[in-house]
Amino acid sequence: MRPAQRVYLREVLSGLGLTARHFFVNMGRHIAHALGRRNARGAVTIQYPEEHRGYSPRLRSLHRLVRREDGSPRCVACMMCETVCPAYCIYIVAGEHPNPEIEKVCEAFSIDLGKCVFCGYCVEACPEDAIRMDTGILGDAPRARARRTRREASVSGTHPPRPDPVACRPPSSSPSPPSPSPRPSG
Amino acid sequence: MEFHLINHPLDCPVCDQAGECWLQIYYMKHGLYEPRMTDDKVHKPKAVPLGPHVILDAERCILCSRCVRFCDEVTRTGELGIFGRGDRSEIGLFPGTELANKYSGNVVDICPVGALTDRDFRFQVRVWYLESQKSICPGCARGCNIEVHVNRRRPHHAQGRRVVRLKPRFNDAVNKWWICDEGRYGYGFVDDPSRLTAPLRRVGGKTLDVSWTEMFTLVADGLRRYTADEIGVIASPKMSNEDLFLLERLVDGLGVRAVDYRVPPAQPGDQDDFLIRADRNPNSRGAELIGLGRSDARAILNAARDRRIKCLWVFHHDLLASAWPEGEVLDALLGAETVIFQGTNANATSAHAHLTLPAAAYPEREGTYTNFEGRVQRFRQAFEPLGQALADWESLGCLLQAVQGAGRPSRAEECFRALAAAVPAYAGLSYRSIGDGGQMIATGSP
Repeated sequence: MRPAQRVYLREVLSGLGLTARHFFVNMGRHIAHALGRRNARGAVTIQYPEEHRGYSPRLRSLHRLVRREDGSPRCVACMMCETVCPAYCIYIVAGEHPNPEIEKVCEAFSIDLGKCVFCGYCVEACPEDAIRMDTGILGDAPRARARRTRREASVSGTHPPRPDPVACRPPSSSPSPPSPSPRPSG
Repeated sequence: MEFHLINHPLDCPVCDQAGECWLQIYYMKHGLYEPRMTDDKVHKPKAVPLGPHVILDAERCILCSRCVRFCDEVTRTGELGIFGRGDRSEIGLFPGTELANKYSGNVVDICPVGALTDRDFRFQVRVWYLESQKSICPGCARGCNIEVHVNRRRPHHAQGRRVVRLKPRFNDAVNKWWICDEGRYGYGFVDDPSRLTAPLRRVGGKTLDVSWTEMFTLVADGLRRYTADEIGVIASPKMSNEDLFLLERLVDGLGVRAVDYRVPPAQPGDQDDFLIRADRNPNSRGAELIGLGRSDARAILNAARDRRIKCLWVFHHDLLASAWPEGEVLDALLGAETVIFQGTNANATSAHAHLTLPAAAYPEREGTYTNFEGRVQRFRQAFEPLGQALADWESLGCLLQAVQGAGRPSRAEECFRALAAAVPAYAGLSYRSIGDGGQMIATGSP
């Protein structure tokens, strides 16, 4: 430690100076912004939820269940994703597949998007490449933070050229067709 | 290791054995992770049911022949054999046979890989979600040592059942490594919809939920209202030693003499020279030693029919499904002014009860059973009781307090300590000395 730093008061004052400088600089920019200079941005604060920060184009936040050529899900209900999921948001019900070479299949595959943290571990853990995460905007789930689930039954198509956004629906209702409702990012 | 894996399929993700598979464990420990085998694997039949409880996947078999030896040497039924030669050898049934002996479930336990799996457990829940607790099978007087495997973390699996399977636990003096299929698959009642979950009172045609406090007052008042000769108690050999001892103290204090635990089943149980005992109750010996066989259950029912017994207290039994004529039992149940039923599940008898006390099932509580040889064995609590159900010793302890003002035991161990002090056969026994393997009752006792 330098002797200058040993003098406590000096360091306190330099810290306060830093804070004060940001305060006055930001205040000046905010005033300029309010007076009509639109390119003058103050602090990095975003006025959520009126204002949104755009998602990165690389964000993968759309779960998609991949299907076999015959249209049945590739998922074999091994529960690897369910086990690895840090948010405990995957619920799989296993069933018997008529083909003994496949043996096991998921009867229901639900992801509670209200709980999902979009870590992508499920994709990494899957031994069958049965779950993927696609780029795209994720409906209103993160904003609403409502308990929304996606049933396996409501995922359509084998390999859709442009994947439908997550078909969200409350867990207890009957299967409904996917309702694409991408909210424009702000 | 490499030779074992030549034809072993890579279907660990769908295999029920994954997580407790010895081949998987050795592979993770010593595995040659880059396979050098370039030829195609030999394909064999998959998902072949061998019998009512076991399903075979011949591809996964490593031909250790443990199951063949089990059927030849332990059950001596010899259904299984190894057929074919070389890499086309496979386990199979002899023509015209079926793996339907009374111990067939054990081949699943001894199979080191996922070749033989349990049909009952098939795809129910992955084994790494399970918790296990040491317990005693309540299926017959043998008292086989078991582990209760519980699924608490993923309630959406196995249709929400908490007990998903039972596994034998090694005890050289009782069951060795085995249990019978009847015991293994006899856990269904624990999570059955017929479970009683709240104290119930039937007034007129209506059933009301009451709190335990009210229920204890109602039962205590009921017992006080009648003289000792007007009360009949049919205890159950399904109750633990602790429950039976508290019940004995209760009826002793009241001076009730019409107490018995013996109710013959409608179908006499079969017995063999291996594990299965004809007496399908885990604690008949305990009930006898603690002294609950004072009277004769049938005489108690006859007295209730003649209106000499006015308060009938039935534990666990379904008297209407016993060997006695249904009409007689029904007359007795309708003849008594007050019928108290205490048990885990609703049955035909509980439908006639005025007061119903829900009891905790054996994985939901602590206790000990005394098997037919006189070995006292302890079972432990694996999870919380369903609803408001209480262990019998807890509810009986509260009733003892309400009726006689005695101190209420707070743990099953306290009841057992009092039992060891009071009943000579249990002298010197404690939960600590019983341990995991059980302990014989004091020698020289009946």
